[in-house]
Amino acid sequence: MTFVRWSFLLIALGLTLPSMAEELMSFGSALNQTRYQSLVEELRCPKCQNQNLADSGSGIAVDLREQVHHMIEQGKTDQEIVEYMVARYGEFVLYRPRHSSATFVLWYGPFILLGLGVIIFASVIIANRKKRGLSS
Amino acid sequence: MRKTLFFIPFVFFLVLGAIFYLQLGKNTQYMPSALVGNKVPDFKLVSLTTDQLVTQNDLPSRPYLINFWGTWCPACHLEHPFLIELADQGIPILGIDYKDNKSRAEQWLAQKGNPYESVLMDEMGHFGVDMGVTGAPETFVVDGSGLIVYRHQGVINTENWPVIKGYLK
Repeated sequence: MTFVRWSFLLIALGLTLPSMAEELMSFGSALNQTRYQSLVEELRCPKCQNQNLADSGSGIAVDLREQVHHMIEQGKTDQEIVEYMVARYGEFVLYRPRHSSATFVLWYGPFILLGLGVIIFASVIIANRKKRGLSS
Repeated sequence: MRKTLFFIPFVFFLVLGAIFYLQLGKNTQYMPSALVGNKVPDFKLVSLTTDQLVTQNDLPSRPYLINFWGTWCPACHLEHPFLIELADQGIPILGIDYKDNKSRAEQWLAQKGNPYESVLMDEMGHFGVDMGVTGAPETFVVDGSGLIVYRHQGVINTENWPVIKGYLK
């Protein structure tokens, strides 16, 4: 029995280790914690360009994570926090770019190309059918 | 008509190729500052030398540099002699001692010389975040009307100084 208890304890201890690598943060509610997680995963670290705030260990990422935590606990909305980051680090920090004239091609380009492809595909098929209809 | 249609993919390829070619060799680490064109954000910092509280009202009215540094930053060691040279040429530099310790900063300036008109302490790094700083050294150029016109990440040296100097007016 003690063996089972001990092994259970050891496994539980092992599971806590990854979470200990991050800063210890306390949240007012579970919702705040979820919001924090989603924000730090969606904001890009301005120092190490291919990591988000959650993954990066650079000094500035630690500071910005703290800032996000602080602002959430202050009752700021996600929108306000994102605005705060964009005002300081530019749209660069958004892993999900905003819909604007500058990002129009980025967001809608694939759909426009897909539409063009469908039109060309359809017109080629129609043309071929007409040809076949004429020859037979 | 049909034959010209066959060239569309080729034209597409040429256009894409030209775009990619023009992007080659660009500095991928370069990141434009969100603050260019704006005034220096509001701040209240304590001066390292006089222990007085300094705000944006105390900023110089002529063009100057804002240099973020720290004794913990190896690249700042490299940059320091060049800053001294600039100070000797009469370039006004406002130093921000970024996320650092007061006594270590004082020791640094005593040992290596002080190129700064004044040094403000940003121990928590909050002003750094307001300026969009990602590390040290980082230097901003503020023009005569108080607007930030350029940001340089990394060490200032003889090679990149002409570019930075061009903005200082």
